[in-house]
Amino acid sequence: MRTPLRENSPSDRVKNFSEVSLGYNEGEALKEAERCLQCKNPLCVDGCPARIDIPGFIKLIKNKKYPEALEKIKENNNLPGVCGRVCPHETQCELKCILKPKKEQISIAALERFAADNGGKQKIPKIKKLKKKVAVVGSGPASLTCAADLSLRGYNVTIYEALHKPGGVLQYGIPEFRLPRKILREEIEYIKKLGVKLVVDFVVGKSAKISEISNDYDAIFIGTGAGLPRFMGIPGEELNNVYSANEFLVRVNLMKAHKFPEYHTPVKKGSKVIVIGGGNVAIDAARVAKRLGAEVTILYRRSFDEMPAKVSEVRHAQEEGIEFLMLTLPLKIIGGEEVKGVECVQMRLGEEDETGRKEPIPIEGTELTLECDQVVMAIGQTPNPTIAKTKEVMVGGRGQIIVNENMQSSMENVFAGGDAISGSATVIKAIGDGKKAAAKIDEFLKKK
Amino acid sequence: MYPIIKKQKLAEDIYLMQVKAPAAAKNAKPGQFVILQIHEKGERIPLSIADFDRNSITVIFSVVGKSTQELAKLKKGNALAHFAGPLGNPTEIMEFGTVCLVGGGFGAAPLYTIAKAMKKAGNKVITIIGSRNKKLLFWEDKLKKESDDLIVMTNDGSKGGKGFVTDALAQVFKRIRLNLVFTIGPPAMMKEVAKMTKHRARTIASLALIMLDGTGMCGSCRVNIGGETKFACVDGPDFNAHAVDWNTVIKRNKRYEKEEKHACRCIK
Repeated sequence: MRTPLRENSPSDRVKNFSEVSLGYNEGEALKEAERCLQCKNPLCVDGCPARIDIPGFIKLIKNKKYPEALEKIKENNNLPGVCGRVCPHETQCELKCILKPKKEQISIAALERFAADNGGKQKIPKIKKLKKKVAVVGSGPASLTCAADLSLRGYNVTIYEALHKPGGVLQYGIPEFRLPRKILREEIEYIKKLGVKLVVDFVVGKSAKISEISNDYDAIFIGTGAGLPRFMGIPGEELNNVYSANEFLVRVNLMKAHKFPEYHTPVKKGSKVIVIGGGNVAIDAARVAKRLGAEVTILYRRSFDEMPAKVSEVRHAQEEGIEFLMLTLPLKIIGGEEVKGVECVQMRLGEEDETGRKEPIPIEGTELTLECDQVVMAIGQTPNPTIAKTKEVMVGGRGQIIVNENMQSSMENVFAGGDAISGSATVIKAIGDGKKAAAKIDEFLKKK
Repeated sequence: MYPIIKKQKLAEDIYLMQVKAPAAAKNAKPGQFVILQIHEKGERIPLSIADFDRNSITVIFSVVGKSTQELAKLKKGNALAHFAGPLGNPTEIMEFGTVCLVGGGFGAAPLYTIAKAMKKAGNKVITIIGSRNKKLLFWEDKLKKESDDLIVMTNDGSKGGKGFVTDALAQVFKRIRLNLVFTIGPPAMMKEVAKMTKHRARTIASLALIMLDGTGMCGSCRVNIGGETKFACVDGPDFNAHAVDWNTVIKRNKRYEKEEKHACRCIK
């Protein structure tokens, strides 16, 4: 049987922003590590975009060699504390686990987090420094990974971040109760200790163009993420108290608006909040709204089965009393000065569409109005437009930077990865991209 | 940290601050803005660029809430925690012919660099600035130098003409054909300017909206332009004034009035 993960009780946790999942203690971790079959051909590793030696680190945990276990993970992933918390393991490594058919797959996420939290201070490896310099644009998971990997290979790396704090979506998007900022801070500190320089308040594409930076660096990696929020284009979206999920989350996660006026950035606290969308961002926004004191309902136009959000996060949200209205499509947000409600229609599922999910179709005559005083739109993001607007690198129809199989953009020395090339995806996909880009940049610079 | 190299009171509750920020200054152009933070707990405050050289940026702000009250307390030699820019697109500068710049309140600050650039591009520049009374006026001398004609309006007639900037603009229309009107200041004023210039002259409005990141990430500064949702930070701040949904702009800019007043009480 899987060793269960302890969590703060729902009634307590909705009153604060402390971490919901408590992680394994030593006994639990050892018990779980013991269950790993140490497969000769581990399928879990194939499921991991960063290709972490999963049986390897689990074995080290089993032998109580925690610093070594953490070191093992760090061979492939420099953000283990982050990944152990926010990575969708259930659809990746844990899905491939040989014990999955018996529903007894190893809790790889919890063990990864245990190693990260109990591995102690990591030794900084001796790195033979090269002369070549690489600039990394943005400081989210793709960029941090790429920067760390390149620094370990000896390059002189500088990260340029537009905001005042590093971390990208890990800083502004993911709430504290899923990822305590102390963990993020420590993992970024480690990357800095590898020799990576960090410059904040620097907006690449504005403060300097790619071509200007190119004069000072041998290669550039762009990991600027998928920031630009999408709206539905329905009437009433412009009303006060209709937030994009990004704005709502940035106010709380980055600017600490829940501590207003100690922190100076305000956020509107709704009493009845409707969140529109079915991804992790929607769940995060809903759980933040709950913690600000609201009654919260999530509207999604498809059903639970099609929801892209992590199953465990949906469960957490349900435990916290967040309501889910599936197969419901908003048509109009009503109100005058402020929001009064959302007019919706019920949907049924038709044939599979091009995304492989069943297409939702409105059912005539099922219109209904839901009362609320705040709406949060969480229907997805497209890549950040700042660099695309410089027209220096080629971008696709959604604003994504176009790269070849070597992660190389239309500018020879400029590489890109993460959500900046794919639209919204996951943290671990970004980490995978960051790793691959670092390897490709290394190849490119060695040839040069 | 970003040192304050000059601070000056320009008018009642209106201050100038010159900040050393080479990264933001290097590529700055007229019409762009910056985002600054006083300290880690502070708001990210977007402010138009009033002037710049290769090393520093000058901003002008009015004391309206807690953050600007705190900003006004800083002195030369103090430093700001964060300062990022230049953000937004520069104002389009080219030879239009005769250009009328219409500004109101502290928001008119960018008109100086815009007038200078428009003049240099070969335009005849007529500048109209307005405020409630003469105590709120600033930079008349600088604007006068860069304009072929400067018209000052105060609502109470304490200086220049009595009335609104639109009264002056109506007079200008009577005597001259304008190829471009550029307006910056309170949305209610810009709305009136846009109303007056419709079918008469191409008009650009620079929108100062509530923002967080200023790089297209949060969607706070979204604005309806001719039926399309645009973001003032990355698509603007300059837009066709005749396509702006002004009523929504005015309403959305009041979103945090209550909280700002609340915060002001907290520190007084």
